[in-house]
Amino acid sequence: MSTRTAERAAPPAARRRSPLGFLRGRSLHIYTWLVIAWLLLPICVMILFGFNDTQSRYNTKWQGFTFKWYGELFAIDELTTALINSLLIALLTMLIAGTLGTLIGLALGRYRFRGAGPLNLVMFAAIACAEIVMGASLLSMFVTLSAPLGFWTILIAHVMFSVSFVAVTVRARVLTLDPALEEAARDLGAGPLTTFRLVTFPMIFPGVMAGSLLAFALSIDDFVITNFTAGGTVTFPLWIWGSTRVGTPPQVNVMGTLIFAVGVLLAIGLRLIARRRAA
Amino acid sequence: MPMTETADAPAPAAAATLSAIELIGVVKTYQSRGEAVHAVKGIDLTIAQGEFFSLLGPSGCGKTTTMRVIAGFEEPTAGEVCLQGKNVTGVPANKRDVNMVFQSYALFPHMSVFENVAFGLRRKGVEKAEVTRRTAEMLEIVDLAGREKRRPKQLSGGQQQRVALARALVNRPRALLLDEPLGALDLKLRQAMQVELKRIQREVGITFVYVTHDQGEALAMSDRIAVMNDGVIEQLGSPREIYEHPASKFVAGFIGTSNLLTGTVAESGADTAVIRYGADERITVPVRGVFAEGAELELTVRPEKIDLRLEAPGNGACQITGTVTEVVYLGTSTNYNVRTSAGADVVVFTQNASSADDIAVRGDSVWLSWEPEHSYAIGTEAAP
Repeated sequence: MSTRTAERAAPPAARRRSPLGFLRGRSLHIYTWLVIAWLLLPICVMILFGFNDTQSRYNTKWQGFTFKWYGELFAIDELTTALINSLLIALLTMLIAGTLGTLIGLALGRYRFRGAGPLNLVMFAAIACAEIVMGASLLSMFVTLSAPLGFWTILIAHVMFSVSFVAVTVRARVLTLDPALEEAARDLGAGPLTTFRLVTFPMIFPGVMAGSLLAFALSIDDFVITNFTAGGTVTFPLWIWGSTRVGTPPQVNVMGTLIFAVGVLLAIGLRLIARRRAA
Repeated sequence: MPMTETADAPAPAAAATLSAIELIGVVKTYQSRGEAVHAVKGIDLTIAQGEFFSLLGPSGCGKTTTMRVIAGFEEPTAGEVCLQGKNVTGVPANKRDVNMVFQSYALFPHMSVFENVAFGLRRKGVEKAEVTRRTAEMLEIVDLAGREKRRPKQLSGGQQQRVALARALVNRPRALLLDEPLGALDLKLRQAMQVELKRIQREVGITFVYVTHDQGEALAMSDRIAVMNDGVIEQLGSPREIYEHPASKFVAGFIGTSNLLTGTVAESGADTAVIRYGADERITVPVRGVFAEGAELELTVRPEKIDLRLEAPGNGACQITGTVTEVVYLGTSTNYNVRTSAGADVVVFTQNASSADDIAVRGDSVWLSWEPEHSYAIGTEAAP
């Protein structure tokens, strides 16, 4: 018996010594780190070149470390205006698409009604539709309606393509809710509005938050649809695209870095809140 | 209660003043994929103040729908719901003075135990100090004092169950509706909670309406039971009445174990009939009404009422013979399966009062006998 257990214990030790064995035990770790590196490398380059003390118009060659661009963040007026436009549109999109999408998600998750099937289909069509197609058709629609292109047409377009994402996220959350929770609230004397405020909304809040942030993220960096519907209005992505031909200034990297940082902080914050709620 | 109120309600005056809940001709029909589903087919029910009342039946019998009609989650297709003599048909659930304990407990997961229990009082606008006092008092009753700040998820299944109970009872409702509240608990805890529920009900003196498919639970706790099947009440009575005098074959089969014997009427008297069973055996059974000779009659007798012997028991009015097909020793009792001379399978329970050997073994020919008053002809016995 004892000799057999000794024999069984031997192979792992032998495996550890061979180089192939080393890979076998850690292949998942190595693969994971490769994926992370692949995802993070472009972001690292963006952050790094925000600190580049570039002298030329092109910010592509490392020429030394500086904080200069953080100091001169708002030195380019057009870029600042574009960033403000983008932030404003993204915030409004988040609020409007967040509200509308929450209501659609609630209806689809909670009730059976005539038209629920087609609504699902239209929502998934909006998600699956190629942006270039959607942008082109929005443009022809606005032109047909002779709506002046600009801030408001961008906003309408952004709400339109992001509302489905919010609705789908909220619906998924609603489907996991026990319908008895709302009945219990009603049973305990809460009217429909109070039930929504005290029970339904707090319960679906994580879904609403996730969907709204998704709408914000989709809106702030949208290029294709915005390009079709912008008219003379310039947003952050549109300005960067325009600048690539003459040289992108490091301020763009700095703004990108700051937007990324806010996103990461939000994600961490939500994670912490979720963990505290679960505890 | 003024007499004018009873004038427009068809219920008798006494019932209108005393009954906590009254259902009059309640029908509930659903439309499901274009087809009408008759969940409740006409129920008349009066539940007295302070009563522990059970709606018992298999799944799909309409018991949960009946309860949801009382709670106000479903509006009856026809009929009326009265609480304390007042017609509340059409009144939404949040304005009815009844509270419910849900099968899934439905505790609000984002609120603490205290907030869960205080929810109903706060909706009613009860003063803050009063809310705190009554919530604490109720948590004391359900033995959860000191757990106010916990979230429902941090509690065990039994504790969650008691929070749900406290959350409903703290509102001092006219009636408490319980929808299979013990279904999610394991056997030991369930039995403990049965006793606990009875204690709490006595303590608070509120009418309990208890929905269950577990006949043991219903028998153990209820003052009265309505046995439901297929949308109607098959029988309504005390646990003893329902067990000892099942009004229908369904009730006899659903409550406990029943032996069903089919024979033909040989003689029919004023309140007993003699039935010819098998080759030439006679069974006397109490009946209501007179039966034609030769008419087929089914009778039922409970397994624990049957006496099993190896020798003929003498001149009993009810005795038949059979062969033991199985002996199952269960500790407190032994179950015998006996094939009768007419080919029916009969179960007999005998208490193991002494440590003596089993009365019979497999293959033995035995005599089965019982007192006539312990057997009932199905469908002829009116509840006393």
